[in-house]
Amino acid sequence: MLLEANNISFRYTEKSPLILEDVSFKVSEGERIGIVGPSGYGKSTLAKILAGYEKPTSGEVKLDGAPLPMKGYCPVQMIYQHPELSVNPRWKMVKTLNECWEPDDSFLEKMGIEKAWLKRWPSELSGGELQRFCIARSLSPETKFLICDEISTMLDVITQSQIWNILLDTAKERNMGMVIITHNLALAERVCTKIVKVKEL
Amino acid sequence: MNENILKIEDLVVAFSMYKSGSFKKENLEVIHSLSLDVNAGEIVAVVGSSGSGKSILASAVLGLLPKNAVTKGSITYKGEPITKERQKDLFGKEIAFIPQSVDYLDPLMKVGKQVKGVFGTDERRKELFEKYRLDESAAGKYPFQLSGGMARRVLITGAVMGNPDLIIADEPTPGLDLEMAKETLDHLRSFADSGAAVLLITHDIDLALNVADRVAVFYAGTIVEVAPTADFLAGKDALRHPYSKAFIDALPQNDFKPIPGTQPYAGNLPKGCLFSDRCPYKDSACDADQPEREIRSGKVRCVHAS
Repeated sequence: MLLEANNISFRYTEKSPLILEDVSFKVSEGERIGIVGPSGYGKSTLAKILAGYEKPTSGEVKLDGAPLPMKGYCPVQMIYQHPELSVNPRWKMVKTLNECWEPDDSFLEKMGIEKAWLKRWPSELSGGELQRFCIARSLSPETKFLICDEISTMLDVITQSQIWNILLDTAKERNMGMVIITHNLALAERVCTKIVKVKEL
Repeated sequence: MNENILKIEDLVVAFSMYKSGSFKKENLEVIHSLSLDVNAGEIVAVVGSSGSGKSILASAVLGLLPKNAVTKGSITYKGEPITKERQKDLFGKEIAFIPQSVDYLDPLMKVGKQVKGVFGTDERRKELFEKYRLDESAAGKYPFQLSGGMARRVLITGAVMGNPDLIIADEPTPGLDLEMAKETLDHLRSFADSGAAVLLITHDIDLALNVADRVAVFYAGTIVEVAPTADFLAGKDALRHPYSKAFIDALPQNDFKPIPGTQPYAGNLPKGCLFSDRCPYKDSACDADQPEREIRSGKVRCVHAS
């Protein structure tokens, strides 16, 4: 499988400057591409476009030659930097977790999610605990590509390495493709198969 | 230069909360008998697990805890306790805070006015803008018109407006690219070199090690180890507590191997050593309270440390 962005340009309004200009980018299954570079170069914008959450001003995103599906489960999933902002504060965790697929007990154990957490509200969990839910819910068997936008900056290093080890195991097992945005070069070198600088895109 | 600026002794912070399913209140203790001091000219970095109470410590020093918080122990600034009356004289002048989030800026006030604040002057503001490479035109802008890096620098200029003797920085670097993160920490270093004391709360341990003099490791609401930065740079064998060692092991530039498990919930702490349920060296001695011990010019809470 291949996820590609062809000649993408993006601006918020007609008057605002271009954030991305004629960017092309490809990731195939089994590949883990790291995107590094300074703030303000459109890394996160590109991530949102790849995952279908933002429409490019021009250019197109294609999954195996076809546009991303607008209905049903999207095989391209995204994990965000702030887990506390990406879950519904009025849903208990069990509802958030099972929104689009139902992970079984052994999967939850592997993710380090404790049963007792399912009955809690998001505000009763720490950032690291919430991020585990955000990752678990995105890892349905139908997920073919995973976009990770700074998913571990707010976590302590032990939680960070726990989460990445789980993700890498799963990605290798299923031959998933990943796009990994980070400021941490040591981390990128550890988890990616290839690193590109955002300026060169 | 070794004048003691901030001294925290046996600090306990608890939140009074309703027990689930009843109208009775109980106290949830989130910080347990914590002691830490920061001297003039020194940066003390505070690292440790997410949700271990690092930011609560900052709030406790700054009097920013919510109303349902109960505190015990003492916090002194230059040898005297920080009382309600003293807070007014100190905060924003001698004691400054660099907050975690850029959201702390007032979205409806121009940046120049915010930096100047109540006690500042325009001359000092201009001087600081120059020092932190903020364009003079930025003063007339609103926070949403600034980039993330500029907004960070605005927070710093605001904090140092009154030439503080103590700076508390709560995670000043996440979301910044490497260059900018380094620059921010270098600024903190230059404050310390000019005689201020800096308490730096951070997750970016590898960056913090470049500037800090000592490092305090937090776990589940207390400090398990305080050590000179050199020990962290030397690697895990130079460290004392098993948790600090695990911390170093988990860095992507080292083994990237995490220990299993998660930090215990504040309402459900293990007896004795708080780390015992994840510790490879656990034995019966770990069930006793772990007082702070001095080992090799560092402090540690672990009976097995050497």
